[in-house]
Amino acid sequence: MTDTDVTFRVNGEDRTVRTGADIPLLYALREELGLKGTRFGCGDAACGACTVIVDGAAVTSCDLPVSAVAGKAVETVESLDTDPAHPLIDAAIDHQAAQCGYCLPGILMAAKALLERNSRPERSEIIAALDGNLCRCGTHTRILRAVEQAAAVMAETCE
Amino acid sequence: MIAPKPPVPLTAAPLISNWIRVSPEGEITVLSGRVELGQGNASAICRMAADELGCVPEALAFEAGQTGLTPNEGFTAGSMSVSGGGQAVRWAASAFRNLLLKAASDRLGCETADLCLADGVILRDGEPTDLEFGTLAGDVDLDRPVTEWAAPLAAETAHSADTLRLDLKERLVGSPFVHDMERPGMLHGKPVHPPSMSAELQDLDLEALRARPGVVAVVRDGSFVGIVAETEVDAISAARWARGQARWVDRAQVPNDAIQAIGASREPADIVVQTGTVDEPAGRWFETTVSRPYLHHGSIGPSAAVAQWQEDDLSVWCHSQGVYQLRTALGMVFKIPEEGITVIHRPGSGCYGHNGADDAALDAALMARAVPGRPVKVVWSRRDEFQAAPMGPGMVTRCAATVDDDGKISSMRLEVNSAPHANRPSVNGTPNLRAAAYLERPMPPAPSTDIPIARGGGADRNAVPLYAIPNVEVSKRIVHALPYRSSSLRSLGAYTNVYAIETLMDEIALELGIDPIVFRLAHLHDERAKSVIEAVDDFAGSWRREPRGQGIGWGLGFARYKNTAGYCAVMARVEVDQEIRVTDIFATADIGEVISRDGALNQIEGGIIQSMSWTLKEAARLEGGQAAAENWLDYPILKFSEVPEVAVRLLERPDQPPLGCGEISQGPTAAALGNALRSALGVTVQDLPLTRDRVMQALF
Ligand code: FES
Ligand code: FES
Repeated sequence: MTDTDVTFRVNGEDRTVRTGADIPLLYALREELGLKGTRFGCGDAACGACTVIVDGAAVTSCDLPVSAVAGKAVETVESLDTDPAHPLIDAAIDHQAAQCGYCLPGILMAAKALLERNSRPERSEIIAALDGNLCRCGTHTRILRAVEQAAAVMAETCE
Repeated sequence: MIAPKPPVPLTAAPLISNWIRVSPEGEITVLSGRVELGQGNASAICRMAADELGCVPEALAFEAGQTGLTPNEGFTAGSMSVSGGGQAVRWAASAFRNLLLKAASDRLGCETADLCLADGVILRDGEPTDLEFGTLAGDVDLDRPVTEWAAPLAAETAHSADTLRLDLKERLVGSPFVHDMERPGMLHGKPVHPPSMSAELQDLDLEALRARPGVVAVVRDGSFVGIVAETEVDAISAARWARGQARWVDRAQVPNDAIQAIGASREPADIVVQTGTVDEPAGRWFETTVSRPYLHHGSIGPSAAVAQWQEDDLSVWCHSQGVYQLRTALGMVFKIPEEGITVIHRPGSGCYGHNGADDAALDAALMARAVPGRPVKVVWSRRDEFQAAPMGPGMVTRCAATVDDDGKISSMRLEVNSAPHANRPSVNGTPNLRAAAYLERPMPPAPSTDIPIARGGGADRNAVPLYAIPNVEVSKRIVHALPYRSSSLRSLGAYTNVYAIETLMDEIALELGIDPIVFRLAHLHDERAKSVIEAVDDFAGSWRREPRGQGIGWGLGFARYKNTAGYCAVMARVEVDQEIRVTDIFATADIGEVISRDGALNQIEGGIIQSMSWTLKEAARLEGGQAAAENWLDYPILKFSEVPEVAVRLLERPDQPPLGCGEISQGPTAAALGNALRSALGVTVQDLPLTRDRVMQALF
């Protein structure tokens, strides 16, 4: 198979991945671009650990061929590591909304996509947005509180 | 002093230098045998040291779980990180502090009583001197016994218990996991696991496999097959191809119903506790037989490891719970001296017991042997994680009680039948690593001897009721006859045994027309136990006023974990129509001195939610001799939309030693749900999980 180049925006920067087979976006991010915050959990689009944002929508990256994001804007959890940190990060730390933290990057990206389209979601809307994300450590209630806090902080800074 | 007796880990690692290292610049590193598994223990242990040293936890470096460097504290298990390892660190830090103050008083020519430590500086009468950790480090000999110098500060003066997780941010936006490791020249490995422990590889075209894109090496040893490839994606697709091609034979005899076979087993049983006599039951007779299926650990990230051989030396990075025990097991498999093996802990996804971490380490080491000098990273597939990792064992517990004319329980008998809980690496003299059992020269696991009751028990954990009952008999039978691989899963036998005792307590109370809380309190002498139950009654408030039956129910579950660790009472509210919905959970716990308040709450809440998931939804799918689940659709766990409000309160006891909390809520939660369902529908479901089908079976 001949190598092809796929170019897309990652966290605001244009990046090109040279790939033989059409590998899943997850591995393009982790192995080719060194962005290891996006996690492998199942490879079946069933746990949400690999969730990233593509053109504003939360999608699982383990089952998405990298060619499908050519020319699109991809956001990964690393984009939240700003100075000062994104309100979702502060809120997750304030509420200790994790134990092992393995599920969190996917959850944070699903939450970010939600808050971008709905800045003051009801709890039921947060739950619906996160229902495809599994957490085995059982930090669900903390995560919900953290997302609510982040929403409040973001709404305040927008006003 | 906080604890009258020196913490147990100081016996094997008695010197201050076993626990604390100081660089010439005065940087202090805390050494711990207790690894961070996602439960926040590293931050709690740092806090304990920092309090003694008068500094913030962030000022200390922390190293845990590296053979040859950190103390050997056995497995990070049993909810003993803070109560054992943390206490040892606290004592060592106290001893270090006293040596520093002594050295400072020598230099300053004053009494140590005039001195104290604050943020790395020695204060004299509250004023800074020019003496710091760094300037004094050279004066102090850390090769001194901890116990000669330790006098830990009292809990109230020591700290605020509001300990932040120091490692959290890195876990959110960084790449701290073993899955994320990079090393120069690293290759990617994938095992092709036999579908069951008894399956033998009959046919696989290794030459064709070697010719797959990106494949660097193929390893076959007995029924072990491993593929080493240039990239993760190449390794995945070669492994997929190989799995489609491989032919296995499995001649094992397998019962149709594993749980029934466990319940009916006639393998030898041991009586583990006998007080009084239960042979001539006097009074009314009550009994129940409960069961739980095999359960999967279900970590969100699958097991992973990196291994590298340099000549005859092996280095392994992995998320094992016991680096020294894994080293011993690897030494058995490769027949090399342990000194040539280094095992280094790296974070993995949440760990709830003996999962596939150690097995992945052996897989990686077997594959890395084919590419000397080059590191090989192995990340299991989701399917590997379900099918190859040890499961939590299936169990059947019979509980019978007699009640005398005064409405008091006069005897209780528990008979626990269980598949093995205790098959950790290198215990019982065999490696107990998956692949070891099917290599060319196989090393199958020795029969599990289970954990003695003096160390908390395994299958029989919490089978001895905490209630004051004059005649008690507890027996356990470890069932080895089944082909499935099982080992320790969070709380071991306590989950099932507490379910048995606590649902029977409710049955009896309701039959006698006594309030279940009053009934329990009447059978308790332990004041702390009583307080926890009274507190949850109070906390759940409205539960006494709400009408029961017709699909709404409340239920209580209580236990003191291992009868020696933390106390926990859980009250659950359920609504039942087409579905079983848990709407509210209230819990109270007494874990003695609280080191990290929010960390403890997080552990207890997480335990409740995980136990809810086990109790309402989970059962491993067994087909023939194999665990058959391939993905999350085959083994659903609790989702955001199914998680209720969970409110937890701690009854803090700063004057009491800290007790473990990570596993205390598993059993009480299951029992609270069973009893809530009983209160809603009038029947107790004895066979877990409490699915709609099981409820229907119990009703009709
Ligand atoms: S790894 Fe993509 S959804 Fe699980
Ligand atoms: S915090 Fe461990 S899986 Fe969510």
